[in-house]
Amino acid sequence: MSEMLARLGAGWILAVRHLGRSLLLLLRILEGVDELLRRPRLLVEQLFSVGVLTVLIIAVSGLFVGMVLSLQGYYILSQFAAESALGVMVAASLLRELGPVVTALLFAGRAGSALTAEIGLMKATEQLSGLEMMAVDPVRRVLTPRFVAGFIAMPLLAALFSALGVLGGWFVGVGLLGVDDGTWWVQMQARIDWNEDLSNGVIKSLVFGFVCTWIAVFQGHNSVPTSAGVSRATTRTVVHSSLAVLGLDFVLTALMFK
Amino acid sequence: MKTSKTVEILVGAFVAAALLALFFLAMKVSNLGTLDTSDTFEVVARFDNIGSLKVKAPVTMAGVEVGRVSSIGFDQERYQAVVKLAVYRRFDRIPDDTFAKILTAGLLGEQYVGLDPGGSDTFLEEGSEIEITQSAMVLEEVIGQFIFGKAKEEKQ
Amino acid sequence: MAQEQEVPIADSRPLGEPVLVKIRGLHFSRGDRKIFDGVDIDIPRGRVTAIMGPSGTGKTTLLKLIGGQLAPDRGTIEVDGLNVHALGRRGLYRLRMRMGMLFQSGALLTDLDVFENVAYPLREHTRLSESMLRKLVLLKLEAVGLRGARHLKPTELSGGMARRVALARAMALDPMMIMYDEPFTGQDPISMGVLVKLIRQLNDAARLTSILVSHDVAETCAIADLVYVISGGRVIESGPPEQLRESGSEWTRQFMQGLPDGPVPFHYPAPALEADLLGAAV
Repeated sequence: MSEMLARLGAGWILAVRHLGRSLLLLLRILEGVDELLRRPRLLVEQLFSVGVLTVLIIAVSGLFVGMVLSLQGYYILSQFAAESALGVMVAASLLRELGPVVTALLFAGRAGSALTAEIGLMKATEQLSGLEMMAVDPVRRVLTPRFVAGFIAMPLLAALFSALGVLGGWFVGVGLLGVDDGTWWVQMQARIDWNEDLSNGVIKSLVFGFVCTWIAVFQGHNSVPTSAGVSRATTRTVVHSSLAVLGLDFVLTALMFK
Repeated sequence: MKTSKTVEILVGAFVAAALLALFFLAMKVSNLGTLDTSDTFEVVARFDNIGSLKVKAPVTMAGVEVGRVSSIGFDQERYQAVVKLAVYRRFDRIPDDTFAKILTAGLLGEQYVGLDPGGSDTFLEEGSEIEITQSAMVLEEVIGQFIFGKAKEEKQ
Repeated sequence: MAQEQEVPIADSRPLGEPVLVKIRGLHFSRGDRKIFDGVDIDIPRGRVTAIMGPSGTGKTTLLKLIGGQLAPDRGTIEVDGLNVHALGRRGLYRLRMRMGMLFQSGALLTDLDVFENVAYPLREHTRLSESMLRKLVLLKLEAVGLRGARHLKPTELSGGMARRVALARAMALDPMMIMYDEPFTGQDPISMGVLVKLIRQLNDAARLTSILVSHDVAETCAIADLVYVISGGRVIESGPPEQLRESGSEWTRQFMQGLPDGPVPFHYPAPALEADLLGAAV
């Protein structure tokens, strides 16, 4: 029994150590930002790998989520003869919750795990050490561009998700289920507030972008430099990011939407 | 391996597409496109009961939006709700004996302030008070009156 | 300094020349394991010095300590008169620009081709014009015999070729010393021969100081001027290769000649065989 407690305690201490290490890494990453601004080429390359390559899954998912929302929403709302509110429902759900959250989860799975694997592999093949011995700070050179790219890409991807979701919802609601086109848009525009719904959604995705990318680069940098170690680190990125996103979503929603 | 030019073009396209999406969301989905940011002047109205009126609820006249509720307060001496209305400056010919009521949009909709014009020659301006108001209809009271009225009928 | 009967004390400065790297009283542990237990080493300028010993004695760790990637628990390491671990970050980085390091795997950047890999330190640390840079890179590649391979990607290179590219890269900024981490491990005879030749030639032609970490006795002794033999966290012996081969120490002889049994036993410690076979339980 006491052994279990001891192990629990050790686990906690390890977790705190990891948190501390990740914070120190974050500071080093942020220190490299002004250097990054002098070499935009690095940022562009990372925006490609983290942003552009994630667009496909985001776009398809957004479209389908919007369509399903519209489908489900219609059946529920029609029971209260409130089909005219379908546009509002779809848009509000997407902008406030599904856009930022689902995008973040997809991002963690696709881009986050790729980042971790890439950095972990560089560590395992001594490329990071090699950079250090060439008097180049691997954190500033490798991690900072990826971190900034993830942070910028997330809200952009969430915007694409939500926009395509609304269009998908419109296609199903107006095109297939017969909701009036004018009603759809007018009701939506009347009830969706740019501050309450849109900018809160953007703030959420900025926070998610910060956290998911931070976790991804930390796990890669901290991984055990073997193939098993890298694979474990990749799994941890996806799991930790997902939990963090869902947890933060709850906190942010509680703070933003009273 | 993509050439750096291709990479740059694709990244630019990505960012442009995302900004376009954002713009679409802002203008076509949210109310940013229909937002009236013109100057307003403030007018006060006191109510016995504002029901579920909220700040930023519309203020309409003849069904057209002429302003928004800017704040809701409570007067501890007269035990009334003090509602400040922000009226758009271009509506400077609203008579100062206008009647303000709190109405509900649709059956289960939000509450808003509706103005019925009076006949005065002087108009509302910054700091004016709307004297005549009608409070919100509270559903329970209406039902209570209805039942009470029905009961009275049957007695007779 | 510790005295053990059959292990002679390492002789500092056996070749009587100025010293580039001076290590004194080095103590380093990883977790519970003591990797270095009071080590003194002098690396003379302009020579090829080899650090040898059985696997796991921390030879790579020593290179990382010299390069400042790890810090010792106790002791000092001086490179060209500078105390490596007393330098601030900028000082350390400036020192590293004068050191070249060849990693076991080459450690080439996988997203760049051969040319760009060799050009990397030049692009990072100099402001040379593109044409000047190109000439320098081609010359470095020529020195290792891979100028024609300049557009290949690291994944398309064999192990030996990758190491040669890494060597060209390590030479890019014309450092004063190069550290080789197990350069001969896992190489076929021809690539081995190429590397051996290159290391010695570059050292002499560019008047470099080379530090070679390896356990390939034959190849290393063919080119080393000075050899340090390390085991159990201490320097067992040091001197020119011929001297060590005829060493008075049995341990050194076993190592240098590759004998299967001797002071380093064949059998892992275990109870007597009869007891294991005839006794009960496992």
